[in-house]
Amino acid sequence: MKEKRIVINENKTNRRVAYNKIGRVLFFLSTAFGMIVLATLLIRIFTQGIGYLNWNFLTNYASRRPEDAGIKAAIAGTVWVMGITIPVSLILGVGTAIYLEEYAPRNRLTRFIELNISNLAGVPSVVFGLLGLTVFVRFFAMGRSILAGGLTMSLLILPIIVVAAKEAIRSIPQEQYEAAYAMGATKWQIIRTVVLPAATPGILTGAILSLSRAVGETASLLMIGAMAFIAYLPDSIYSSFTVLPIQIFNWAGRPQAAFQAVAAAGSIVLLVILILMNSLAIVIRNKYTKRY
Amino acid sequence: MKNQESEKLIYSVKDFNLWYGDTHALKDISLDIPHKQVTAIIGPSGCGKSTFIKTLNRMVELVPSVKMKGDINYKESNIFDSKSSVETLRTEVGMVFQKPNPFPKSIYDNIAYGPRIHGIKNKTILNEVVEKSLKGAALWDEVKDRLNENAFGLSGGQQQRLCIARALAVEPDVILMDEPTSALDPLSTAKVEDLIQELKKDYSIIIVTHNMQQAARISDKTAFFLNGEVVEFDATEKMYSNPNDKRTDDYISGKFG
Amino acid sequence: MQPTIRELIKEKKQARSSNSRIEKTMPKVFFLMAAFSILVTIGIVYTLLIETFYFFTQVSFVDFITGTEWYPFFGNDPSFGIWPLVSGTFTIAAIAMMVAVPLGLSSAVYLSEYASERNRKIIKPILEVLAGVPTVVYGLFALTFVTPLLQSFIPTLPIFNALSPGIVVGIMIIPQVASLSQEAMNAVPQAMRDGAFALGATRLEVALKIVIPGSLSGIISSLVLALSRAIGETMIVATAAGSTPNMGFNPTESIQTMTAYIVQVSMGDATFGSTIYYSIYAVGMLLFVFTLLMNIIANYFSRRFREVY
Repeated sequence: MKEKRIVINENKTNRRVAYNKIGRVLFFLSTAFGMIVLATLLIRIFTQGIGYLNWNFLTNYASRRPEDAGIKAAIAGTVWVMGITIPVSLILGVGTAIYLEEYAPRNRLTRFIELNISNLAGVPSVVFGLLGLTVFVRFFAMGRSILAGGLTMSLLILPIIVVAAKEAIRSIPQEQYEAAYAMGATKWQIIRTVVLPAATPGILTGAILSLSRAVGETASLLMIGAMAFIAYLPDSIYSSFTVLPIQIFNWAGRPQAAFQAVAAAGSIVLLVILILMNSLAIVIRNKYTKRY
Repeated sequence: MKNQESEKLIYSVKDFNLWYGDTHALKDISLDIPHKQVTAIIGPSGCGKSTFIKTLNRMVELVPSVKMKGDINYKESNIFDSKSSVETLRTEVGMVFQKPNPFPKSIYDNIAYGPRIHGIKNKTILNEVVEKSLKGAALWDEVKDRLNENAFGLSGGQQQRLCIARALAVEPDVILMDEPTSALDPLSTAKVEDLIQELKKDYSIIIVTHNMQQAARISDKTAFFLNGEVVEFDATEKMYSNPNDKRTDDYISGKFG
Repeated sequence: MQPTIRELIKEKKQARSSNSRIEKTMPKVFFLMAAFSILVTIGIVYTLLIETFYFFTQVSFVDFITGTEWYPFFGNDPSFGIWPLVSGTFTIAAIAMMVAVPLGLSSAVYLSEYASERNRKIIKPILEVLAGVPTVVYGLFALTFVTPLLQSFIPTLPIFNALSPGIVVGIMIIPQVASLSQEAMNAVPQAMRDGAFALGATRLEVALKIVIPGSLSGIISSLVLALSRAIGETMIVATAAGSTPNMGFNPTESIQTMTAYIVQVSMGDATFGSTIYYSIYAVGMLLFVFTLLMNIIANYFSRRFREVY
C-alpha cells in the first residue's frame, strides 16, 4: 500500500468519488425508510379504521358487536387518569429539578440522585406496573382504581419531566440571577420571580411531551388492572377504569377483522390526541422562545 | 442634604484578602471610599477590580470556591457581620453590570421588581417609584408611552439605563457599576456618563472601568489595581497628572494593559 | 411628607419574619421531592426482591435459572425454566437491532454529514413522530399489516411470530439510534473534518474514517440504550408475537418475551399469592437487572464520550 512517490491515480480517485455518491444515496434512502414507514403506518391505520369512526364511536361504551363499540369510557378514563398524573408528576418533577439546579450542593448524594433519575428513565414500563400493582393497588389498598393508575403513571413519566425542567432552568443565563441577587432578592424570591417565569415555557413543552407518552402508555396500566370492559363513567378516583390504549389493545387481540378495524379507529383518535398535544408543545416553544 | 456629609466615608476596607480556590485574587486591600463621590477602579484585565467591586455587595460569594479574610466596613458596620443580612446590604448597595441584564418582563415590572420583592405592593406607590426612577435614569421621556412593553425591545443603551433605573428604585446609598459602558456604543456611553455625573449628587458611585479616559472624565478618586493589589489610590486629577508609582504612570500612559 | 421607599422597605422587613421561615423550609421541601425519586427506586427494588424471594421459596432458583421449559399453567406439574422467555426476548431484540442499527446509523450519518440545515430541520421532527407513536398502535400495525405482508413472502409464517414484531420494534427504536448517534457525531469538532477534507477526502471517507471513530463511544451508548428499550418493549410483542414460550431463536415461530409474560399473567386471573402470581416478579426482577445493566453500560460510554470532547 505504501507508495514512495506521490502518484495520483485517477482511476482510484474516480472510484472514491463514486463510492461517496453511492454512500450519499444509501444514507438518504435509510433516512427516508423511517419516514416511508411512518407514512405507511398512518395511511394504513387511517384506511383501516375510518369506516368505524363516527359520532357513535365516540359516545358509545364498549360492546360485543363491533358496529356498536365505542370509546366513551376509555376517553373518560384517560382524562381522569391524567387528572391525577398531571399535578403529581409536575409538582414532583419541577420540585426535583429546582432542587438539583438551584439548591443541591455538588456532592455524592446529588450525583447519586441524578444517576438514579437517569436510570429510572430506562426502567421498562411493565416494571413500573409491577411497582404500582404491589405498592398502590395492594399495599395502600387503592384497588384497581384511577388513583392507583394515575400515581403509577406519574412515577413513570417523572424522570422525563425532571430532565425537561432541568434543561429549561439551566438555559436561564447567569446574568438574570445576578440582576435579582443585586436587588437584594432571596433565593426563594429569585426562584419565584426569575427562574419559574423564565423556565415555564420550557417546562410546559417538556411536560406536554411526556404527558403525551403517558396518554399512549399501555403496559403499566394493564399491570395494575385497568379493564377493557367498562360500561359506565368513573365517578371518583376510586372507580375502576379503562383507557384508550388498553381498549385498542383489547380490540386488536380479537380474532375478528372487524374488531381490528375498530382498534384502528381507536388508534386514529389516539393519534389525533397526540398530534394535538405535540402541536401545542411546539406552539408554546415557538411563541415563548426568549431572546436574552 | 447636608454638606459636611461629603467628607464621610461610605466604605472602609482594611487588609482584605480573597482567594478563588488556591488563586490569591485580592491581596491586603485597604481603601477608604468617600461618600457621594465617584470612585473609579482601573487596572488591566485580571487585576481583581471586578472581584473587588462584587465583594462590596457580597455578590462574589456566589462563586462556590471563594474564601475571604479581612474587614469591609460599610457605614461603620462590617458587611460580613453575621447580624447583618446580605439582602439588606444589597438593598442599600445597588449594582449595574457589564452587560445590560433586564428581566424578560415589561419596563414597568423591571423597575417595580426591587420594591415588590421587598414587600411594596401599593399600586400608587409603585407608579410613583417607576416614574421617579426612570426620570432619575434619564429614560422617562423615551419610554413613558410604552411602560408595558417588554424591556428586550429597548436598545442596548436604553437597557443599561433601565438597569440603572431598576437599581435606583429601592433608593440605595451606593451604586456599584461593573464596566457599565463596555457593551455600549459611544453615544450611549456618553449618555450613561452624563447620568453618572447627575447621580453622584445623591449617591455614592463606585465604578470599575477598563477605559482610562472614562475614569479621568467622570471620577473624583481613582484606585489603580494590579495583580490583586492596590498600587495607588488618590484624587483622580493628581493620579493622572502626577502619579506616585512608576507602574501607575506606565499603565496610564499605555505602556501595558 | 410621605415616607420614602427605603423607610417603607424597612418597615415591611420588620413585619415579615415569615420570609426567613419560607427561605429555610423551601430547600428542604425541594430536597424531599428530589429524594422521592430514590424512594421510587427503593420501592421497585424492594417489591421485586420480596416477591421474588417468595417465588423462590416455591420454585428452586437453580431450576429457574437453568430450566429450558416454561409451562407455568400446567396445572399440577408447572415448570418455571426462564430460558424460553429469555431466548424469546433476545430473538425480538436481535431482529430489532438488525433493523435499527444499519438504518438508524445511516440516518445519523446522513443527518450529521450530508443533509443541509433545512433538510435536517424537516427530517428530525418527522423521525421524532415515529418515536412518539404509541406502542399499542405499532402492535396493531405489526399484527394486521406487517405480518400479512411477510406472509406473502413466507407463506408458512404463522399469524403470531417473532419476525413481524421484531421488525416493528426495530422501526420504533430507529429514531432513538438516529438522534442520539447524530448528536454524538455532531460533537466531533469540525476542525477534524476540515483536516481530512483539506487532504482531499470525500464525505464518505470523512464519515467512515473520522466521524464514526471519533464518536464511537457516543454511538455505542445510543445502541445500548436502544437495545435496552427493545428488551423492555411490551405491547408490540404482546399483540403480535403470541404467547408460546419457545426455546431457540427461530424468528418464524410464535414466541413469548419476558414482558409479554408479565402482561399475560396480570391480565388473567392468577390468584394473589399463587406461584404464578409471584413468578411475574421473578421475571420482572430479571428484566430490571438486564435493563439496569444496559443503562449503566450506556452511561459509562456516554460519559467517556463527553470526556473526550
